[in-house]
Amino acid sequence: MAASKKTFKKYCMSLWEYANPVKFMALSGRILPFIAVLSASCLATGLIWGFFFTADDFKQGSTVKIIYLHVPAAMMAINAWIMMLIASIIWLVRRHHVSALAARAAAPIGVTMTLIALFTGAMWGKPMWGTYWAWDPRLSSFMILFIFYIGYIALWQAVEDDDTAADLTAIICIVGSVFALLSRYAVNLWNQGLHQGATLTVRETSPIDASYYYPLLFCIMGFILLFVSLVLLRTRMHIRVRRTKALVARRSL
Amino acid sequence: MIPDLGKYAVDVLSAYLVALVLLFALVALSLRQSTKARTALKCAEKQENL
Repeated sequence: MAASKKTFKKYCMSLWEYANPVKFMALSGRILPFIAVLSASCLATGLIWGFFFTADDFKQGSTVKIIYLHVPAAMMAINAWIMMLIASIIWLVRRHHVSALAARAAAPIGVTMTLIALFTGAMWGKPMWGTYWAWDPRLSSFMILFIFYIGYIALWQAVEDDDTAADLTAIICIVGSVFALLSRYAVNLWNQGLHQGATLTVRETSPIDASYYYPLLFCIMGFILLFVSLVLLRTRMHIRVRRTKALVARRSL
Repeated sequence: MIPDLGKYAVDVLSAYLVALVLLFALVALSLRQSTKARTALKCAEKQENL
């Protein structure tokens, strides 16, 4: 027991080593191509399988094919914000620059995922609910989350000093987390909305047929890996921009 | 080639089209910014070594 506790502690300590930009750049540079290829393969498999080789639903017709974009994008929109929250808290507590830059890197990906979820949801809502939009608890909290993403990105652009920007955006991230969590659990808290409950759960039996379920799993995996590869790519980009800024500042002294 | 989507063809195809355009735009923008940052750093490091 004591040995496993010691191993866990050692593992956690070794994770902090990647807060060092040099170590982060070395590791991310090695794993990024593999994650990107795996992501493209999963996305291509899931989307081609789902779009071309699944039957129409007896109630929803061909609109069921929107699930392969809508569900993974909505999941990533919420989870990207949660990742930003964790990275922001690490920045506030331990002042690791890589974590602040990782949070910054995730925001454009999160906002794109939110936009995809909102648009595909509207395209699915029109034929099924008779409207593109309703002020439903889940839809409304998702719209507020989208506005928070825009505010977060704008604040990073507006504040010149990077450390101050990281502090301020971390606060926005903590406040916005309420809406990230609300958009996940709104359907459970208020029952009056149009939006259904969670499509995928951790229960033993899947609520959807296997012919839809397996391509959906590929799409979800593809979106997760796409998110990871883009966060790594964009964090590496922000580290390089910061290093360039430091070199230019040193030369001008 | 495209499966018969029936009366919902416009909704399904526009959902796919917009989502794929947004995803490709995000990837393209990230790659462009990344290449630009790498080139700028190389330039700055070269000047530093002069």
